[in-house]
This record gives sequence, C-alpha cells and structure tokens, in this order.
Amino acid sequence: MPAGRTVEGTMLGKLDWSAIPFEQPIPLIAGGVVLVGILAVLIWVVVKGHLPYLWHEWITSVDHKRIGVMYILLASVMLLRGGSDAIMMRIQQAIAYQSQGYLPPEHYNQIFSAHGTIMIFFVAMPFVIGLMNLIVPLQLGVRDVAFPTLNSVGFWLTATGALLVNLSLVIGEFARTGWLAFPPLSELSYSPGVGVDYYAWSLQISGVGTLVAGVNLVTTVLKLRTKGMNYLRMPMFCWTTLASNLLIVAAFPILTATLAMLLLDRYLGFHFFTNEAGGNVMMFMNLIWAWGHPEVYILVLPAFGIFSEVVSTFSGKALFGYRSMVLATMAICVIAFMVWLHHFFTMGAGPDVNAIFGIASMIIAVPTGVKIYNWLFTMYGGRIRFTTPMLWAVGFMVTFIIGGLTGVLVAVPPADFMLHNSMFLVAHFHNVIIGGVLFGAFAGFEYWFPKAFGFRLDERWGKLAFWFTFTGFYVTFVPLYVAGMLGMTRRLQHYDVAEWRPWMIVAAIGMAVLSIGVICQIMQLVVSIRNREALRDRTGDPWDGRSLEWATSSPPPVFNFAFHPDVRGEDAYWDMKLSAQQQSLDHEEPEYHDIEMPRNSPTGFVCAFFATIMGFALIWHIWWMVILGGIGAFATFVVFAWRDHDEYVIPAAEVAAIDRVNLEERRNLVSMAGAI
Amino acid sequence: MNLLDPQGPVAAANSTILVDSVFIMLAIVVPTIFAILAFAFWFRASNTKARYQPDFVYSGRVEMVVWAIPALTVILLGGVAWIGSHKLDPAVPVPGTGSPVRIQAVSLDWKWLFIYPDQRIATVNTLTVPAGAELNFQLTSSSVMNVFFIPQLGSMIYSMNGMVTRLNLRADNEGKLQGLAAHFSGDGFPDMMFDVNVISPLAFPDWVANTAKSGAVLNEESYKKLMQQGIERGRPTYRLDDPRLFDLIATQHIPPGPGPELISDAGRPHSGGHDAR
Repeated sequence: MPAGRTVEGTMLGKLDWSAIPFEQPIPLIAGGVVLVGILAVLIWVVVKGHLPYLWHEWITSVDHKRIGVMYILLASVMLLRGGSDAIMMRIQQAIAYQSQGYLPPEHYNQIFSAHGTIMIFFVAMPFVIGLMNLIVPLQLGVRDVAFPTLNSVGFWLTATGALLVNLSLVIGEFARTGWLAFPPLSELSYSPGVGVDYYAWSLQISGVGTLVAGVNLVTTVLKLRTKGMNYLRMPMFCWTTLASNLLIVAAFPILTATLAMLLLDRYLGFHFFTNEAGGNVMMFMNLIWAWGHPEVYILVLPAFGIFSEVVSTFSGKALFGYRSMVLATMAICVIAFMVWLHHFFTMGAGPDVNAIFGIASMIIAVPTGVKIYNWLFTMYGGRIRFTTPMLWAVGFMVTFIIGGLTGVLVAVPPADFMLHNSMFLVAHFHNVIIGGVLFGAFAGFEYWFPKAFGFRLDERWGKLAFWFTFTGFYVTFVPLYVAGMLGMTRRLQHYDVAEWRPWMIVAAIGMAVLSIGVICQIMQLVVSIRNREALRDRTGDPWDGRSLEWATSSPPPVFNFAFHPDVRGEDAYWDMKLSAQQQSLDHEEPEYHDIEMPRNSPTGFVCAFFATIMGFALIWHIWWMVILGGIGAFATFVVFAWRDHDEYVIPAAEVAAIDRVNLEERRNLVSMAGAI
Repeated sequence: MNLLDPQGPVAAANSTILVDSVFIMLAIVVPTIFAILAFAFWFRASNTKARYQPDFVYSGRVEMVVWAIPALTVILLGGVAWIGSHKLDPAVPVPGTGSPVRIQAVSLDWKWLFIYPDQRIATVNTLTVPAGAELNFQLTSSSVMNVFFIPQLGSMIYSMNGMVTRLNLRADNEGKLQGLAAHFSGDGFPDMMFDVNVISPLAFPDWVANTAKSGAVLNEESYKKLMQQGIERGRPTYRLDDPRLFDLIATQHIPPGPGPELISDAGRPHSGGHDAR
C-alpha cells in the first residue's frame, strides 16, 4: 500500500475515490443533474444579488410562516426525488420478468430503501409539519410559536437529514435493507458498506429536528392561545396538530434510541440486535414498530385536520359533531400506541397475543370511521363549492375508506398470515398514505396557498392535477392489490411468475398517469405565479373561511394580528363576520401598540451546517471532523444561549399603517357580503 | 399462486376468513362511498333544490349511529379475528392421513435448505411432500431474517437465526406448487423461490429412497459451504449425515452464516462504500 494512500486513509476515514460510483451511470447522472441544478440556482441568486434577501428574510427567519413555507418547499423537492425512485421501481418490475431488468440488485435495493425513507421522513413529515407551522399559530390567533428559534433549528436539522440522504447518491451508497433497516441484515456483518450509516445518521439528525418541532407545537397549542380560545373552541386542525405532536414527543425518542442501539452495534461492536452474543432481532422489530405505528398516525392525523377544515369551509357549515371529532382524534392518539405488534403477526407469537393486537388494531377503525361519517354529515345540508381542495377531500374520503377496508383486513391475523409483506400490503399502505396523507397535504397546499402568498392557485391546472393523480393512483395500486392476491411478495428485483407480469405493466402505466398529475401540479404553480396579479386576493379571506387564519391579511404581517382576536365560540372568524365585529370594524381607529417580535437568528442554519459536517464525518469515520462538527454545533448553542437581545419592537405607527390597509379591504368584503 | 385457489386446509381456512371479512366490511363500505358521492353531488352549491341547513351541526341520534356502525362491525370482525387466530395458530398440528412428516427448513443466503431428519435426507430449493399428510415444519435461519411461505398452502412464518419457529400445513392435492421467501434478505432475495412437489403418499417412500442414494452428504462441513452467500440455480439433494444438524444450526453451535466477503484492496471492484481496510 503506497504511503500517500495511508495518509489519505487516516485523514478521511473510510472515504476515498472508490466512494464515487463511476461504474453506475444512473445515480451519478442523477446526482450530477441535482448538483448542476443547485449550482445554477446558487449562481443565479448571487449574480442577481438575492443573497442578502434570502439570508435575512428566509434562511435566518424565525417567523413560523416562513419556516412553514420552507418545510413545504423541502417536502416538494424531496417528493420529486422519491417519485423518481418510484418510477424506476415500477419500470424495473414491469420489465424484469425472467430477466434482470435494467437495475442490478445492489442498485434496485438502494432505490426501494431510499424511496420509503424519503417519502416518510422527508416528504410526508416536512409537508405536514410545514402546514402545521404555517397555520396553527394563525388559527390560534397568536403572533408566533412558543419557541421561534428552536423552530428554525428543527427545520434546518430536517434539511440536514435530507441533504445527507441525497449525498449518498454520489458519495458512497444508501442502505439496501428496506426503509426500516431490519437487523441482522442491517448489521455490520451483512451490510458492511456505509449505506446503513447514511440511513441511520440522516434519521438521527432529522429526528432531533422532528422532536424539536413536536415539542414546539405541543407547547404552542397548550400555552399560546388567544383570548377566549379555550380547548373546545379550537379549530379541528389545531386538535389534530396537538394529537399528532403529542405522538411525536412520545414516539420519536423510541426511534432515536432504537437507531442509537443499531449504531452502537455497528460502530462500537455492541450486540443489541446481532445474531451473536445474545443480540435479539425481535427486540428491534418491537421497538421500531412501537415508533412506526404511531408514526402512521402522526402523518394522517394532521391530514384529518386539514380535511375537517376544507369540508366545513366549502360546505358552508360548521364541522358536524365537533366534540365527537375531538374525542375520535384523541382516541386515535392513545390507541395508536397499542397496536404495533400487528406488523409481525407472522413472527410466531401465540394466538392470544395475535388476536388481542388484531382486535386493538380494528378498534382504531372505529374513531376513524366516525370521522368519515362526520365529514359526510358536514356535507349534508351544505352548499358545496367544488374547488380544488374540496375535490381532494372527496377523493380522499372515497380512497381512504378502501384503504381502511384493506387495513382492517390485514388486522385479522389469519388473513395477514397470507398477506404479510405482500404486494397487497404495499398497495394497502400506499392506499392510506397517498389517499390520506398526500391528498391531505395537497388539499392543505391548495387551501392555504393564498394565505401564505396572497394569490390563489390556478383552478384549472389544480383540477387536472387532481384527476390525473386520483386516476393514476387507482391504475397503479389496484394491480398491486391483485398481485398480492396472486402471492407476489414485495421488494423483488426480478421474478419468473408469468401471472404477475400483466399487473406490473398496468401498474407502470398507472405510474405514468400519476407522474402527469405531478407535472400538472408543477404547471399549476408556474401558471399561478405568472398570473399572480389576476389571481391576487386582497381580502385575506378568499374561500369565505371560518377560522382565524382568514381574519388577517394574505400574506399576514410578520406579527399576524395587530390585536389579539377575542374568540367567543367555535368557528371564531365566522362568528365575527356574522356579527361584523371583526377587528373593530364598527369602531373608530383603534389604539395601536408597539409589538415585540423575536429577532431573526442564524442559529438554526449554523447549527445544521455543523450537524451536516458531523453527520458526514460519522458516516465516513473521519473522527477529527466529527469533533470539529460537534464543537461547532455546541458552540452555536452556547452563543445563542448567551444572547443579549432576542426581540425587536415594531412601533405602533408601523403596525397601524399595515393594519389600516387590511381593515380597509375587510370593510369592503363585509359590506359586499352584506349587499349580497 | 392464487391465494383464492387453496390447495390445503390451512390456506382454505385463511382465504375463507379473508373473503368473509371483505364482505362483512363491504356491507358498510359500499353504502358509505355511495352516500359520500350522493351527498357531494346533491348538495352542490348550484343545486337550487337542495335545502341549505347551516345549523345542522349536531344530532345525538346521528352521532349514536355513526359510532355504532363501525363499533358493531369491529365487534363482529373481532370475533372472526379471535376465533381465527386460535383455530389457525400456525403452531397447532393439522391432522392428516398417514404418519406426519417432519421438515426442518433453514433460510440461507440465498436459498432454502429442507432437512427431513426422520428420512435422513435434505434438499435445496425443492420441497417434496406427500399429499394428505400432516406436515410439521420447524424453521430457523442461517443468517438474516426471512419468511417461509407457500401461498397456496397458507400461513407464512418467519425464520430467525438462533430461534426455532413452528408451522403446520397440509397439502391435499398432488401437483406442483411454488413457495417463496417473503422477507427481504439481500441481493439474492428474488432467487429464493422454491418448487413444492406434492406427490402421492405411495410415491413418497420411493422418492426418499432415491434421494438417500444421492452422492452428496450434508454434514457440518458441507453445510458451511452451502451457507456462503450465493444463488443456487440447481436443485441439489443430500444424504443427511447427522439428524441433529438443524439443532446445531438453531442453537448456533454452527455459527451464523457470514455476510459478503470483504474483497482485498488489490482486487476490489469500484463498489461504493465498501470498507476494504
């Protein structure tokens, strides 16, 4: 071994030129395209002189609305990455009948692992957390979340995780173990590469971000509510946010601990989950699903909240059975923790254990069913406007019921004995995650976009996007249900069974239709931005909304509300509109006060910068760099903790100037409504 | 491999439960979907005939019904789940004709080894069983987790290193079936499908006798060769040297199978991320 090599080896740990997959063109080209894209955007930003704007207004922003938008942007970008993985998998399974297809196993296995990891952790999670961040403080009638700077830290740590996952495309490899990295396959003996390390460290770092976001939102809902906003007057979305974030706070530490044990096995030769020395793989199974099942509800509860808002607004009615919905939400929150074993009925547990967990899993279907019926009765007697968000909501209700049916089916242990790990199961969880979470995220996106940016999205492209996605979903996943009934198991890189083939081809066609849906969604954004003046909403209330986020201008001023709204019942803003009391419309000029707001802080960004360095160094065993990153991240916190000023004052005159414009528009809106 | 074309009592019972559960649920799912579409259509804003009732936001009766419908369904299905779990417990023997056949299945990287301890033979990637006989499976793994599954015979069960799981099946009709590995286990995972030959109980002893004449012997040494990572395209058969081989594997007297060979620095292909040092 040449001397130079040794030095390089020690300085850069396991990292050397062989980490770049020169012989695998697909990831390299994909990585190259992404890199060129990022560089192009960076150069454009610098040349056009947007850097100071980005830095002051976005990167260092602690405004919950800005952070929410950045979460959603991150999720959207990662949706394209995870979607590309899905397209590659569908094409592979369509052609790999009695052949190797175009993806060798070591590559295909990375793709399905990355697809699952990205879609759950870096698409679904940031999308719902982004929407919660953006909307919940507005719905509660407050000026910010409980811990604004921590909020920024949470976002940037999530972005760090996403960055590390994408880095694995070009430097090294990603896990080839599936998205939950089951040991012993994920242990050092069977996965000696850096793939599992990329997986685990990305999730450890972004997991801290998620936990921080959870603590922040729970505190916000519990402690920061405007005058009169007691628990049973909160909009449904706030309730589901509370339930979802309580689950985050309780469940994510389990994930962190489980992955920490796996990492101890891999880095320090521990034996938590190894075959040897008393390691126990079933312990991993139990722990990962003790997090994994609540995770499903962490994602879907906020979506339920979004649908509650959307259905009620566009039906022109208050939510039917509000208290019942609250009860159902909290019941789901609690039962979510009692069903994890249904993920491995086939591991040989006794009939009592299987039956009890099967029945517990079915019990969750009761509050979920109640929710469906309450949305149904919200529509009953309504005046339904079929805008894009409402289309997503109706599409969701139909699709989610079918997903619920197949879900209860696999909760029956003897049925699961045939369907566990099958394509039927794959179809089921895509049925609930696409039909529930993704449809919910899109509905929320369409519904609240005008609030965030002050103009509506183009309805024509939005409806096209819905119909293509809706149709594409069924064309893709019904064939997978059928394949599962034909005994097809998941994660097959190739197969020799003729009867599976036609269904894989239909699923690939469905994937193409789904992709057109995504393209329509992008077109909608482009067209709407170009026509933004025509789509401008000056009222702040484009949908005739019912909750407080519609009581302020769009986009809201940095302080959200000039005065803390006074809430007198459910559907606070609707009541205000009815009595035309909102924002002192019937008063003379109100007396404005100075408002204190938190200062921007680079803490989150700097902290994430060092976390990225540390994560990368840990993956590649570059120990000096680990220490550097660790000290940097810690020092950032120390600096933040010893800060002198963390707030600035917006003078009353400025508040007044901003609010007068809003009041003027609102007077017009109310007088117009009165005229009609 | 159609799950709804069962070839044994376990699969038949599983698929009956599967179909029954679907129909129980369809009884409420179909009307609900219909109601969603009907309400959405009828109460559209442009329909002047629909009565707008903005104050219809609570009804004790409706609430009672909407909690009761899913609750009743779940009580019914919960009964199905409870009875089904006990009747179809994979650990409970399925009585058959003739003497039971004991089979010890080991998932290797990436092939299946089937040991017949009483017949003192073993096969790889082919499972031959007499029709109608009680089949007692014991399962373990040489390395990573896997799942043993013959879709048309029913219930699947995990195989795990250092542990023994149990499964009982019966194949009623002679013929060829397919079995598969149902838990991802690494690069060779798709090649772990195996043939299941269900032969007449009269032909079974002949098959055993023929297999026992096989030249290859399965003992600790040849097993250790077999457990190296790799795909087995052939269908080798063995004479079993020590009928306790399965126990030696399951109790880790034979250590777990090794993972990928770490290729030395000189001959290393440009494979991303493999630690060569």
